[in-house]
Amino acid sequence: MSQSIASQRQSVRYRSRLLQPESERSADTHPLTWRLRDDGEVVWLAEYLRKEGYDSVSKALGNGDPKAIIATLKEANVRGRGGAGFSAGLKWSLTLQGGDMPRGYIICNADEMEPGTFKDRLLMEQQPHLLIEGMILAAYANNSRYGYIFLRGEYLESARVLNRALEEAREAGWLGPDINGSGFDFDIAVHTGAGRYICGEETALINSLEGKRANPRTKPPFPGQSGAWGKPSVVNNVETLCNVPAVILNGADWYQALSGGRTDDGGSKLYGVSGPVEKPGLWELPMGITGREILERAGGMRGNRQLKAWLPGGASTGFLLPEHLDLPLDFDTVGKEGSRLGTGLLTVVPQDKSMVAVMRNLEEFFARESCGWCTPCRDGLPWTVKLLQALELGQGEAGDIELLDKLAADCGPGQTFCAHAPGAAMPLQTALKHFRHEFEQGVTARSKAAEV
Amino acid sequence: MATIHVDGQSYEVNGAQNLLQACLSLGLDIPYFCWHPAMGSVGACRQCAVRQYKDEDDDKGMLVMSCMTPAADQTRIDIEDEEAQAFRASVVEWLMINHPHDCPVCEEGGHCHLQDMTVMTAHDRRRYRFRKRTRRNQYLGPFIAHEMNRCITCYRCVRFYNDYAGGTDLGVFGAKDNVYFGRYQEGTLESPFAGNLTEVCPTGVFTDQSHSDRYTRKWDMQFSPGICHQCAMGCNTSPGERYGEIRRIENRYHGEVNGYFLCDRGRFGYGYVNRSDRPRVPEYREGWRESEASEPVEVGVDAALSQAADALRHARRVIGIGSPRASLESNHQLQTMVGEAHFSTGIEAGEQACLDVMNQLQRHAGLPTPTPREIEDHDAVLVLGEDPVQSAGRLGLNLRQAALARREALGQTLGIPQWNAEALKTLAQDRYYPLFIAWPAPTDLDDVAEARYAMDPDRIARLGFAVAHAIDPAAPVVENLAPADADAARRIAEALMAAERPLVVSGGSLVSEAVLEAAGSVARALSRRAKRGGLVLIRREANSTGLSLLGGQPLDWALEELAGGNADALVVLENDLYQRLPADRVDSALARAEIRIVLDHQRTATTEKASVLLSAASFAESDGTLVNLEGRAQRFFQVYDPGYLRPETRIHESWRWLHALAANLRGEKAGDINLDAVVQACANAHPALAGMVSAAPDSNFRIDGQRLAREPHRYSGRTAMRANQNVSEPAMPKDPDSAFSHSMEGYSGYQEPRQQVPFAWAPGWNSPQAWNKFTDEVGGHLRGGDPGVRLIHPVPGQGSYSLPVRGKAATETTEARESLRALILPRLFGGEETSALAAPIQQRAEQPFFILNPDDAQRLAVRAGDTLNIAGGPALPVREQEDWPQGWAGLPAGCFAGILQGQRITVRAQAGGEA
Repeated sequence: MSQSIASQRQSVRYRSRLLQPESERSADTHPLTWRLRDDGEVVWLAEYLRKEGYDSVSKALGNGDPKAIIATLKEANVRGRGGAGFSAGLKWSLTLQGGDMPRGYIICNADEMEPGTFKDRLLMEQQPHLLIEGMILAAYANNSRYGYIFLRGEYLESARVLNRALEEAREAGWLGPDINGSGFDFDIAVHTGAGRYICGEETALINSLEGKRANPRTKPPFPGQSGAWGKPSVVNNVETLCNVPAVILNGADWYQALSGGRTDDGGSKLYGVSGPVEKPGLWELPMGITGREILERAGGMRGNRQLKAWLPGGASTGFLLPEHLDLPLDFDTVGKEGSRLGTGLLTVVPQDKSMVAVMRNLEEFFARESCGWCTPCRDGLPWTVKLLQALELGQGEAGDIELLDKLAADCGPGQTFCAHAPGAAMPLQTALKHFRHEFEQGVTARSKAAEV
Repeated sequence: MATIHVDGQSYEVNGAQNLLQACLSLGLDIPYFCWHPAMGSVGACRQCAVRQYKDEDDDKGMLVMSCMTPAADQTRIDIEDEEAQAFRASVVEWLMINHPHDCPVCEEGGHCHLQDMTVMTAHDRRRYRFRKRTRRNQYLGPFIAHEMNRCITCYRCVRFYNDYAGGTDLGVFGAKDNVYFGRYQEGTLESPFAGNLTEVCPTGVFTDQSHSDRYTRKWDMQFSPGICHQCAMGCNTSPGERYGEIRRIENRYHGEVNGYFLCDRGRFGYGYVNRSDRPRVPEYREGWRESEASEPVEVGVDAALSQAADALRHARRVIGIGSPRASLESNHQLQTMVGEAHFSTGIEAGEQACLDVMNQLQRHAGLPTPTPREIEDHDAVLVLGEDPVQSAGRLGLNLRQAALARREALGQTLGIPQWNAEALKTLAQDRYYPLFIAWPAPTDLDDVAEARYAMDPDRIARLGFAVAHAIDPAAPVVENLAPADADAARRIAEALMAAERPLVVSGGSLVSEAVLEAAGSVARALSRRAKRGGLVLIRREANSTGLSLLGGQPLDWALEELAGGNADALVVLENDLYQRLPADRVDSALARAEIRIVLDHQRTATTEKASVLLSAASFAESDGTLVNLEGRAQRFFQVYDPGYLRPETRIHESWRWLHALAANLRGEKAGDINLDAVVQACANAHPALAGMVSAAPDSNFRIDGQRLAREPHRYSGRTAMRANQNVSEPAMPKDPDSAFSHSMEGYSGYQEPRQQVPFAWAPGWNSPQAWNKFTDEVGGHLRGGDPGVRLIHPVPGQGSYSLPVRGKAATETTEARESLRALILPRLFGGEETSALAAPIQQRAEQPFFILNPDDAQRLAVRAGDTLNIAGGPALPVREQEDWPQGWAGLPAGCFAGILQGQRITVRAQAGGEA
């Protein structure tokens, strides 16, 4: 029995292991991962404190100037690592506080469900205190009364580690009343999700946290004005929050310099690869590194396969081609190529894989995960699934591909309630653009003849 | 105001609205589903997309949802934009993917918003070639049929049911393209406003079960502007008839009274009109002078009238007993015939005294009576001795909106517009404007109330007086007030004084003048402290207010006159005396009356005693005027001529019967009379009712020289519907009483402003959403003016405070220990005489029960599950309620005819509960 648990743990570790040895990582260059151990064991509080743990909290709470935290973060231009790339400092500066405004919530979006993405779990499973430290800073900056970590339900290991770490932090006085003698009260609870992709959308996440259906909310009002239980709330991704302590300790200029001039965006980023490559995995690399460098770290394609296309940051980003491998992977550059950086974890499609099958698979996921609130998403996506299934079976009919074009266009941004359907449309649109002939092969000769 | 530019045209609109509402108010058509004028915007269906441009120079623009975009000044949009049109067509195409396209067998067909919107977006070719998903339906009780396959997932049902009406048992299940709206398990929908789902649902998921049972398309029904007769609220209805039966009742929009919604008693309680046991021809009891037992025989109109007139002519003195469920006109005709000195209102003395107090308070308490819509603008409410949902149905929905309106105020602080429904809900969570309820039993508003005080009537009155004193020290002190009650009074007074517009609600349910005086004192106190507030007083029946303005002696007086031998003849108008006073008192009075003429449209214990029974018209076959609890006189109009399809019937308006009877009595030949003359006569005779003339246009009203059509212009089968009787089609019935025609000929449009609209229809708008075409702005007022006229006006000054009732006597009498006092609790379903005769209401009525304080239960040695009975009444199970007032037994209204509020009763326990 214990052996099987141990082997399970082994396999869990294998999938979220950072493929960079300790020797390669340092506090100056790898703010997210330098503390991680080669043996993959958890960095608990004692070790964390030895490795500059909670220094940023001592510093910031000692300064007693929450606004300075926001200013530094803004200056550093830490962009949201959940995929949208919105400036965290700007988000915090828009959070209502003061006056009659009740103290609200800092919510960590740890519902990592983007297909092909497995970065946040590494941080939570092996280094929980960095996230807690980031959340304390966020809470202090935003005057939040309480923190929630909205955790993907399947992340049992993360839940176990986080809860124990929270207990450690509480016992050591990093959480609870009067943190570190600053007079600031704050605590954090882990809330495990029930397994809906849409809970990664920040307002759907808040609804779910409140015990309601995970439907997104309209914006404005933004969560910073009226979030969880109607109070000002800040929702940040795990990796975003984990960036904050080092920014506070080392300053905005240091952070900006981390990307080494590759891009206007600063900082480092957890990049990764999944798919048929030799060594799928995770690396902390400077922001703006190219796809090619990441693929090289992954040992290239497995078994001499050819790269056909790749998703730069999860299923809801647009397909890029081998010719895009030398672009710096930052938010703006990838955006200009008709895709999105997303989570920065590459999904690789080999030459021998049918794009119709890949798209059918992706759209089945998106259609299944629609919350059912708005019409294009709820009823449009299942139609794309049916069409793709027909094309995959060679039962497509004339007009099906044009219909897919129209469905994808109708699911574009602004036309749907939230970003879920646009996220489903983007890979479809890019696949139709780059690999249209593969879809056309699914239209049967008979119906083509009928067309004439 | 704001200027917006739509398709190149400039318009002035209300900038606080969203673009959809603003455009609809301008008469422009944008298709929509999830938005509803009463419920705001949520942006779910994506149907109302338009192209918005940043400014004059922007030629690209982007698609936005008009319902989620403010109608801000200088907004530029194109509705007719090609891409926007294509997107809107896509949305309908998606919505129709799983829709069964079963319009021919769907009850919604012909007044279906989904049909209208599909036509509007010009979606007419189906491209989806795969399988549809199918759903199971649920049994949702006697009112509502459920067909989930038709659902287009607009979320309106749950938004109305839960967010607007406070329901808890209808929910959303599932996700993706498998969203299900229903109950977690089959069963009757619990909300008393569930019927509105039939109008809120844009398609045929929720339909009127009572209509399904005898189904007719909207275009095949004949309608009239109706006023609901099932309580004193005076909701405007649109009853629809086919083949001489009422087939359904829908809401008739009124900007001040009922808006878009009705309660379920009003919507589903019409069945008594269609009952086969109704008296449809006059009846005469052969030998009634000698024997009670003789069977009645049907007679002709002339025979009935001459028999009745002959008998009355020989009587020493005739007493007329009117009715608060009959029109002013009918009551007035009776009063005229018997003379004022011989007329009784037919209302029990205690209730009548309360009605008089209420009229007085409305004039002299210093606070005006808001319209039901205005109730929603009050930011603190005290309900003193009423359970508004049970006693006045729709009014409870208004009070709920008043509490919920805190959302909008909170939203304002963050700049959230008042139409952004979900955002306001999120922000406010469970924060409401203060609502305090003093009522012994749980009420349907408890979930939004700050506190409910379970008290007996006297204690409620004392609480009210104490609130008045806490507001204005000049109001009399309440002696010996319990500390808890003093705290409650302070808390309530503080909340009322902190509000901009406090509202006091009370009424006649407890039949306690003390409670009403206490409510009046609170109103006076607020008025003296210069608060802009309101006072709402709930009456029991459709025309209780009207009858109290008309005047007359209470029923008790009439019975005493008869029993005492001071009169020997009786004419009863639409009133079952046994519902109002104990049977022995009624019996002994009737026994002394040699002549008993009864007019009614139902068979009652009283009609059983009639020597002559005149077959009266119900609301559906008559016209008349009612005065609602605001004091608003409103006219209702005949829906159909009962003689057209059933030539053998002899049903007439009571006022017409009485006019003819009076003429007969005078020995004159009865010339006909029309409604205008009756209205005028009533108004002339009663200065308090003078305004009733202008409650509605008279019979000479025409639009473009035309009468107003009762039937939609697509009305079909007219030549055939009577062919079983005679192949030649008779002329359509003439209507001498109103401006409406009994046919599709006549005006039925929306362009010309008019107040009286039998049914809402406009080209392209067949569903109830067509009301938007009749209003000055969507959700506003009818362009022709909201119907009705207020008769009771506040008089300057606040009057003087009345003295608080004294506290309970320290020592209880032996009698008090052995008996309980009856506390009759109004019941929406089953607590009203006529609607209780409708089958769906009977099914919906809860199993009635007694409520006892646990100490009393112990004293009477009853356990939960045991039954109790009162002499002559049914045996009912007992429920114990911890905070129920001691010494009182809670009795459901409508179960114990003749037992009066506060009466001492002796209950007998029957074992049957847990050992």
